[in-house]
Amino acid sequence: MLVGLYTLMGLGLNLEVGFAGLLDLGFVAFFAIGAYTVGLLTSTGQYGVAHWSFWAAVPVALVVSLIAGFLFGLPILRIRGDYLAIATLGFGEIIRLLALSDALRPWFGGSQGILAVPKPNIGGFEFSGPMQIFYITLVSSAFIAFVAARLRDSRLGRAWMAMREDEDVAEAMGINLINVKLLAYGIGGAFAGMGGAIFAALLGSIFPHSFNLLISINVLALIIVGGMGSLPGVVVGSLFLVGLPELLREFSDFRFLVYGAALIIMMQVKPAGLWPAAAVRRELLKEEPVGAVTEGPVAERAEA
Amino acid sequence: MGILASQQLTKRFGGLIALSELDLDVAERSIHSIIGPNGAGKTTYFNCVTGFYRAEEGRTFFNTQPIDTLTPDKITQLGIARTYQNIRLFANMTCLENILVGMHPHLKSSWMGAILSTPATRQDEAQAHEEAIRLLQFVGQRGKGDYLARNLPYGEQRRLEVARALASRPKLLLLDEPTAGMNPRESMDTMAFIRRLRDELGITILLIEHNMRVVMGISEIITVLDFGQKIAEGTPDQVRNDPRVIEAYLGTRRGVAGVGA
Repeated sequence: MLVGLYTLMGLGLNLEVGFAGLLDLGFVAFFAIGAYTVGLLTSTGQYGVAHWSFWAAVPVALVVSLIAGFLFGLPILRIRGDYLAIATLGFGEIIRLLALSDALRPWFGGSQGILAVPKPNIGGFEFSGPMQIFYITLVSSAFIAFVAARLRDSRLGRAWMAMREDEDVAEAMGINLINVKLLAYGIGGAFAGMGGAIFAALLGSIFPHSFNLLISINVLALIIVGGMGSLPGVVVGSLFLVGLPELLREFSDFRFLVYGAALIIMMQVKPAGLWPAAAVRRELLKEEPVGAVTEGPVAERAEA
Repeated sequence: MGILASQQLTKRFGGLIALSELDLDVAERSIHSIIGPNGAGKTTYFNCVTGFYRAEEGRTFFNTQPIDTLTPDKITQLGIARTYQNIRLFANMTCLENILVGMHPHLKSSWMGAILSTPATRQDEAQAHEEAIRLLQFVGQRGKGDYLARNLPYGEQRRLEVARALASRPKLLLLDEPTAGMNPRESMDTMAFIRRLRDELGITILLIEHNMRVVMGISEIITVLDFGQKIAEGTPDQVRNDPRVIEAYLGTRRGVAGVGA
């Protein structure tokens, strides 16, 4: 279950960090925004505003987190590298503290959170338990992964990767950095918003404490472990990161010590990740590249 | 006024004057070189033209349109492309992808179209791939499309960088030391290649070059810079015999010999 949610977030952050090279340490904010949107729209408790069904609220959550991504991107367009990481870190904390604050308590419930978020249902069938909701997670992960794959192979995906490689040169290639960055934050945010929406339905309640920095860090770690920019790597990474602590239960108190050591060893042994992105993998295996060759006149524009 | 014209261009870095009231006019379909000792402001001029730097004073026109206030992406869309002194390819992308990025301004597909994989997007992408492969062939790298750019040998990286620049369908191509680090044989090949760009594709070429054999062999007009100022301009013969040029290069024996060669 948790693996699925981490996969959703991982796919979103992978789009920002893996594809576009924009390090984001406040990624949990989008997860929170998705969760709160669904919570507020569907809750039958005191903070519920609309009593919508889960299915109507999810598209809204996607749009809200998309817009949040755009707005979040605006002030940090010109920031690069380490400074970007710090700025995004701040953003994650701002959202959490806003949700927790007393000033906004009448709307977001402060530390008491939002309760009585109903379970999704289709025509009488209720996705009541974690097992049922797992299927929703599975389907949406598959869908989001599909969208991410399409984007990766598109003009926008190439623009992201060019920006990751060399921002100045990308701009000199005619790429509008502002558009491309905002789209990375927006779409990446929407992916995480999807995860948050399901999270709200799963728990049936939302508390600001759920959205702490550690989640952002974990999502980043799973991308690195899985392989930067690799979509299967996100799934492998979240299995590893969520699964490993469970396997390490027998070490009890030393669990996270072993866990940390495992991460360090992994990075030493497989720095490109467990399932590296296609291009990297090809190079590692030293496969003979298949050059597509077509006959044709030397650049048609010669006559122009 | 030529395809590119700068008037009284001045660029300062703090107290240092990198370009001083520079007038430069590049005729359409010409091969025009900028030479000068290190630190003369050659690359700074390229950076001003392409929008990386903003000149403090003076103006630059491309096809009579002022471009001083435009961002680099807008300038590229107008038809100016460049290469870099120290190769700046997208190292972890394949050769084909590098060229496809270069085509960015001409492709129309939106991100929504990409997600839905609409017929228009698919057609756009298919055409782009075809053109990219043609460009690879044009620079003699047929079949190398799937190599990562960083794994190409040095000379091929330079050529791929030109292919990427050509992908934006430029009218004016700025080449920053295209033969740097090449042996005489490779330099001659590059000269022939640059001529082809002009003759076959009709692209105006403005290049910075230190190799005097290349400069004298290929240029129609040469502009000589020293300390950000234009000290001479003319045909290779005129420049070669200009006393001020000889003086600027006097510090290095090789430079004098080169100019004389």
